[in-house]
Amino acid sequence: MSVINYASREINCKIVYYGPGLGGKTTNLEHVYARVAPDTRGKLISLATENERTLFFDFLPVDLGTIRGFKTRFHLYTVPGQVYYNASRKLILKGVDGVVFVADSQVERQEANIEAMQNLYDNMAEYGYDITRMPFVIQYNKRDLPNAAPIEELDLLLNPGFEVVDPARQRQMADPHNPSRLLVSQLPTGEWVEHAPSIEAVAVAGDGVFDTLKAVSKLVLKSLASSS
Amino acid sequence: MSRASHWSFTQHDADAITRILLNFLQETNSRSALLVDRSGQLVTTVGEQPQFDATAFATLAAADFSANDQLAKLIGETDFTTLFHQGERDSMYVADVARRLILVVLFDQRTTLGLVRLRLKAAVAELNQVFLRPPDAQPADLGASHLLAGAEDDIDRLFS
Repeated sequence: MSVINYASREINCKIVYYGPGLGGKTTNLEHVYARVAPDTRGKLISLATENERTLFFDFLPVDLGTIRGFKTRFHLYTVPGQVYYNASRKLILKGVDGVVFVADSQVERQEANIEAMQNLYDNMAEYGYDITRMPFVIQYNKRDLPNAAPIEELDLLLNPGFEVVDPARQRQMADPHNPSRLLVSQLPTGEWVEHAPSIEAVAVAGDGVFDTLKAVSKLVLKSLASSS
Repeated sequence: MSRASHWSFTQHDADAITRILLNFLQETNSRSALLVDRSGQLVTTVGEQPQFDATAFATLAAADFSANDQLAKLIGETDFTTLFHQGERDSMYVADVARRLILVVLFDQRTTLGLVRLRLKAAVAELNQVFLRPPDAQPADLGASHLLAGAEDDIDRLFS
């Protein structure tokens, strides 16, 4: 839940990076931490095990600029990807404004991706949030690996689209990150479907990391602007 | 896109909270009080300005409180409304405010846990009054839609 603080003139929003274990969520935050100016970010907090697996969460606050005299401050969190840490994973989703799903592109990780995506839907639903109606971006990570699955295959498994019922939104819309792809389209059966924006990435090299952050933050601010 | 949930913290709220918490800090001789949103965002700090990273502190305090909330449920309690962490020099007392915020009080040997606990109940009751006001009591022009109305271009520029 965003907090608009008129006293300190700040808009605070919470973004959670979700996805299977060892998919690159922490790497995304580490890259952001390393690349943004030190005066626009806070400390990177990691609650991790001795072998650097996320135990509870990683946290990084970043300022993305000022709108109408208000500092836009985004709190970036990762969750532990390992299946058995679900209790702590669920806690981190409390009050979330935007979600990034970091998928592992490797063919042999598809089952883990699907399980994590199902778990995200379930945990969001338990809080009464509808992931299909809030800022949500999918990052296909590890695109440089030789065993990376084709994007079409990943889309089919993780981003098949959800039905668009609002007639005002039933019009073709291109993906700003990939103009040859449609975010909103009509199926031959007549149904309208919408896909989450997706971004290809190699987080260890930093490719796609900022595109992902920008995409989700922009969606969060725009959804705030249209709220009442 | 669905309408985002948010809440606004006004200058009027800030003034009321500062008055309540300054009074509490004075009565108990505590060092400082931090008010943190349940999702981990620092709302305000009153009293001695902390020498540590308050943003990180707020996040960890909220996570700590949430984790303890779940521990309470596992043992059959609805929640733990307060938590106490004792240190060698400094200690902290954490309390729920209106099920939406948590109040963290930092204190040292200049006061006692008993006094902090005693006075905190009244302070939390007063804070609840501020945060439990009906939604329509909040001025209509204080919200994200008012602040960001027509700001689509500004948002685009921020990311260009």
